[in-house]
Amino acid sequence: MANNRGKKYDAIVIGAGHNGLTNAAFLAKAGLDVLVLEKNEYIGGATVSRELHEGWKYSNCSYVCSLFRPEIYQALDLGRHGLEVIPLQGSTTFMQNGDYFGSYHQPTVRRREIARHSKRDADAAIRFDADLMKWCRLIRGFLLRTPPNPASLKPRDAWEFAYLVKQFYGLSESQIYEFIRFFTMSIAEYLEEYFESDVILAHFSGGSIIGTGLGVYSPGTAYVLLHHAMGDVDGNIGSWGFSRGGMGAIAKSIAASFSSFGGEIRTAAEVRQIRVAGRRAVGVVLVSGEEIDASVVVSNLDAKRTFLGVMDPKDLPEDLLHRAENFKIRGSSGKVNIALDGLPNMTALPQGSPLTRGHMHFTDTLERLERGYDDWKDNRWSADPYVDALIPSQFDPTLAPPGKHMMSVFVQYCPYDVEGGWSDEKRDAFGATVIDQIAQYSPDFKSMILHTEVRTPLELENEVGLTEGNIFQGELTLDQLMFNRPFPGYAQYRGPVKNMYLCSSSTHPGGGVMGAPGANSAREILKDLRRLNTVPADFGDD
Amino acid sequence: MVEKDHFRQVLQHSPFHDRIEEHNLIKNWMSWNGYQTARVLDTLSAEYFAIRSGCSVMDLTPMEKYRITGPDSLAFLNRLVARDLSKLKPNRVTYVVWCNDDGKVLDDGTIFHLGDAGYRLCSQHHQLDWLLISSQGFDVEIAEETHEVAALAVQGPTSCAVLRAAGIDGLDQLKPFGIQYTQLLGFEVMVSRTGYTGDLGYEVWTEPRHAVDLWDAIFATKHRGLYDVRVIGLDALEMVRIEAGFIMPGDDFITAETAVRADHDRSPFELGVGWTVNLDKPYFTGKGALIKEKSSAIKRRLVKLVVEGNKPPVDSFLYDAMKGKRIGTIKSQTWSPILKANLAMADIDYINGKAPREIWAEIYYQKELTWHATWARTTVSEKPFWSHPRKSATPPGPY
Repeated sequence: MANNRGKKYDAIVIGAGHNGLTNAAFLAKAGLDVLVLEKNEYIGGATVSRELHEGWKYSNCSYVCSLFRPEIYQALDLGRHGLEVIPLQGSTTFMQNGDYFGSYHQPTVRRREIARHSKRDADAAIRFDADLMKWCRLIRGFLLRTPPNPASLKPRDAWEFAYLVKQFYGLSESQIYEFIRFFTMSIAEYLEEYFESDVILAHFSGGSIIGTGLGVYSPGTAYVLLHHAMGDVDGNIGSWGFSRGGMGAIAKSIAASFSSFGGEIRTAAEVRQIRVAGRRAVGVVLVSGEEIDASVVVSNLDAKRTFLGVMDPKDLPEDLLHRAENFKIRGSSGKVNIALDGLPNMTALPQGSPLTRGHMHFTDTLERLERGYDDWKDNRWSADPYVDALIPSQFDPTLAPPGKHMMSVFVQYCPYDVEGGWSDEKRDAFGATVIDQIAQYSPDFKSMILHTEVRTPLELENEVGLTEGNIFQGELTLDQLMFNRPFPGYAQYRGPVKNMYLCSSSTHPGGGVMGAPGANSAREILKDLRRLNTVPADFGDD
Repeated sequence: MVEKDHFRQVLQHSPFHDRIEEHNLIKNWMSWNGYQTARVLDTLSAEYFAIRSGCSVMDLTPMEKYRITGPDSLAFLNRLVARDLSKLKPNRVTYVVWCNDDGKVLDDGTIFHLGDAGYRLCSQHHQLDWLLISSQGFDVEIAEETHEVAALAVQGPTSCAVLRAAGIDGLDQLKPFGIQYTQLLGFEVMVSRTGYTGDLGYEVWTEPRHAVDLWDAIFATKHRGLYDVRVIGLDALEMVRIEAGFIMPGDDFITAETAVRADHDRSPFELGVGWTVNLDKPYFTGKGALIKEKSSAIKRRLVKLVVEGNKPPVDSFLYDAMKGKRIGTIKSQTWSPILKANLAMADIDYINGKAPREIWAEIYYQKELTWHATWARTTVSEKPFWSHPRKSATPPGPY
């Protein structure tokens, strides 16, 4: 194979997911000559939308957007590069008794709906919202910052750590206790300190298990709720949006921004290894055998894939290999994407209900959610899964032909190592479990299905490259957050060899279509290269 | 019972809604506690002067109401609020604030001693969750009754005369904060001499099914040519409550339950309602923190400020001198037509437990879309800005 010796890039970014593209765009904006390499024939990673059934566009991995940092949106001019994020409208949990709980987007109606199930819970929701906002406000301040190294005595680290401590102690004494409890509690126990109604407990706990190999009674799940609540759409913290044209529009707009700064993207260019010479990264070699030189190599692959996949173990310190092997990155989620001949009738909802335009769930008790987790622990998909179903074609005409609809169904739990291994039959049976559950609440649902795409963690791993299909590129537990993400000593985006960096969701602040890991990493790279920083600071909540 | 399709009508209607809608000429509605409530119905100044010079009527139904019954009702309420309720007699009302364990104010309101029927607590914000949390260990029943009780505030110098002409007897001897029951057109009404205007006035309570008859009886006095009676909106109420020096939780301060940022919540002392705190009574929620707070110099206060000149100090920063150090902000303010002065509620940093010697407001105002900045000296008023002997005269005069 011919070596591409004619050209040496300032930086190569491995993986054209949204974090890789964000990282590349900020480097290119600073004037660097940047190449993004993508193994697939299309860009986006898990932030992707493709026509997988004629006339229908599926966002077949990530499906909603809230965490994406507005600072990045603004700095990369994504609005002019085609991005539009439309706020979603509420969410519903359908109940086995034929009723439902609707968390309407209209606050007065939402309050009255909570009161319809429990007057007390309607008032408790005020306390709950304020308490959650306390933790949101705190954590949001850390999203666009590099985590400090708490063990370091370097002046900058000391300063960053002081900032962290100051934020922490900006709380009152009782708030500090509550905060520590919050980070270590299960979502069920946390919510039970506020609410009494079964359906409200189940509804509010859903966000805590999405993407994690943990159940509603597992310690640490309260934080996952925060991870899903800390984003915002136009300043409305906790609200979720849908990008017009599907999630792929986010990757496309970042790619367009990147290109406008002169960046280059090569698809179908899978990296086999990061080349290291003299403890420095010097470029990559592709699966095709082609070698490309670069002064800096950035991996947007997850931590396991980076250190155990595209790096030579001989280039790595022993403790790092050990940490990478033990990194918690368990697949627990599946996805079913459905082309519909029309809008299914949800029997429980009155005619004209706005709730069809929001998230739909069908598990109405904490116990059912925990049972779903039990199945996963036994290497089975949940017989009665927690699903997050959405029909975004109701407000995005680009997703399906007029009158037809596209339904995205996220499913928790689905194991990576299913009993006896995955087969096509098992995958279809998993899809049928999900469709059967929805059909119980919508008699005409099945008859409207024109096409179905079922994705288990195995497909997510094979297609996107997420190890075990973990959507966060690593569990969001305290031992893998902040300065522990992905591992202690490697939380500042720098790799074990010089000129090698990390920018994936395996790094702080973690998974979700946030862009923050990519941006934070770019800031560190530019600092090391003594280039102008192009990465914006946090807008700040105060 | 709330129907499943309640989403079709966002704001709820009170039993008086159809009548109010007839009077609401400009359809300027807003939400008060989820009820469709008029902000202004005709013109603000007419509504303001109805309160101060004639008779005003306002729908009180949206006000949050709770009924507390059971053998431990008094013990529970006395544990809940900072004021000593042990001397509250049947058919009397008192103003209270209640705090969390940190001694920070959760809300304020009034407690009505309804004799054998227990107590009614009226609050500005939703309190059911807190009441139930606080009631553990007490043998009490707590029920939210906001929508089960229709109420009108009838306020102004001719309010007593209007109610008498409407057929409500026996108001002569009803003292401020007193309650009496009477029959009107064959149904029972409860009248309390209470209000949020600082003027002579009453609140009239009945079952929702009698709401329209009550309304019509009051407005009949106008149709008969006896008195002018005018429906008022929340904007006029805002003017008179500031004149009377009443605080508004949520506007003048963040309630402790909704405060997100540390040090944004406030104690009764910091709100200038320390006079309702009785540290000598048995334990109540927040007592320990309030005793501790009282032992050191107060750090800040919500104060009543008279702002010189006529430029409205909306959201103004406050300073210890003209162009001096910033010491606080205006929380709410109004032009007082009766005093011809700008009045405001302001949150101020105290120095060594005292208000700064001088307080200046930096005011931004516009004329024909051109903005100007000016400075105005302010003066702290420890008393209500405005008060009138007719407020407490018993029997009240005819006007």
